[in-house]
Amino acid sequence: MTAPPPSPTPSLLRAALLRGVFVSLPFLIIVVPFGVVFGVAAAAAGMGLIETMGFSVIVIAGAAQFAALQLIQDGAPLFIVILTALAVNLRLAMYSAALTPHLGATPPTVRACLAYCLMDQSFVASMVEYQRRPASPPAEKAAFFFGVALPLCPFWYVATWLGVTFGKAIPPEYALDFAVPICFLATVAPMLRGRANLAAAAVSVGVTLALWWMPYSSGLLVAGVAAMMTGAAVETLTEKRKVA
Amino acid sequence: MTQTLSPIIADKWQLWTVILVLGAGTFLLRFSFLGLIGDRTLPPLVQRLLRYTPVAVIPGLVAPAVLWPAATAGATDPARLAAACATVLAGVLSRNVLLGILTGAAVLYLTPVLIG
Repeated sequence: MTAPPPSPTPSLLRAALLRGVFVSLPFLIIVVPFGVVFGVAAAAAGMGLIETMGFSVIVIAGAAQFAALQLIQDGAPLFIVILTALAVNLRLAMYSAALTPHLGATPPTVRACLAYCLMDQSFVASMVEYQRRPASPPAEKAAFFFGVALPLCPFWYVATWLGVTFGKAIPPEYALDFAVPICFLATVAPMLRGRANLAAAAVSVGVTLALWWMPYSSGLLVAGVAAMMTGAAVETLTEKRKVA
Repeated sequence: MTQTLSPIIADKWQLWTVILVLGAGTFLLRFSFLGLIGDRTLPPLVQRLLRYTPVAVIPGLVAPAVLWPAATAGATDPARLAAACATVLAGVLSRNVLLGILTGAAVLYLTPVLIG
């Protein structure tokens, strides 16, 4: 690391924080329903309030929570549930790497808090901000990041709690078991653009179904690896064709 | 649903193991570069592979639940299948997650009414 950057004034930090809060508000439209659906689906699967809140506060990663819940409902064993949900979260390491040039110079405790708040929304919003203001000191960049996370995290907890509380009142004929697949498909569908993504999704579905006889849903892990390699390979081929 | 609880939910120890190990693992993924590895870029091939994790894992995760739902003891259910197709179609066309969810839910509840 080079010389420590000049520390920004409190008013500058407050402005960055508020900017982050403002940018994050539209994300609530998606975070709140998602949290509610997670709470409802977890309650429908028979999970208690404390455990469901444990997921949302300790794991705090929507897609991985839904993945774990789906596999738990499928009766998969412990290690498959954990491995698959972690596989869904691998992208967070990619985000962490991309943020390090901007936030790596902040104190370790700050970085630990940043890491806890790292999710799709805070990553995307912050990267846009840092491209717009590349010269901001790390403390200001961190303040913006916390600003984005500030409404999102508590609303995620409260939405989960609401889902558990009111989900218990919904009668079983409403097919709530299917809330999880629908949420997942709705998340993935907008990503299904271009040959590489389509090929990866097709391999994911095809290989999982073909390997469904394998014990403990372990075929899914094989399918996931095969689909990742397919996506990367198709992307490489497409690039080469463009160059040629 | 008078479903039996899945083994992990029935056993609090297992459920809390999932929550705590998954929580710790997820935190380590988030903290990896920020806190431990530092300012080093991932090799392009690794970045390229990681970019496909959601599209590679989620469709496979959902496919069996769409075709052979546990709630109907594995029998294919027209309402669930139609709802899944409608969700994907709405999501692909609109690129809007919320619209996908609403379309899927509408089809899920309307299909049994329409086909009786």
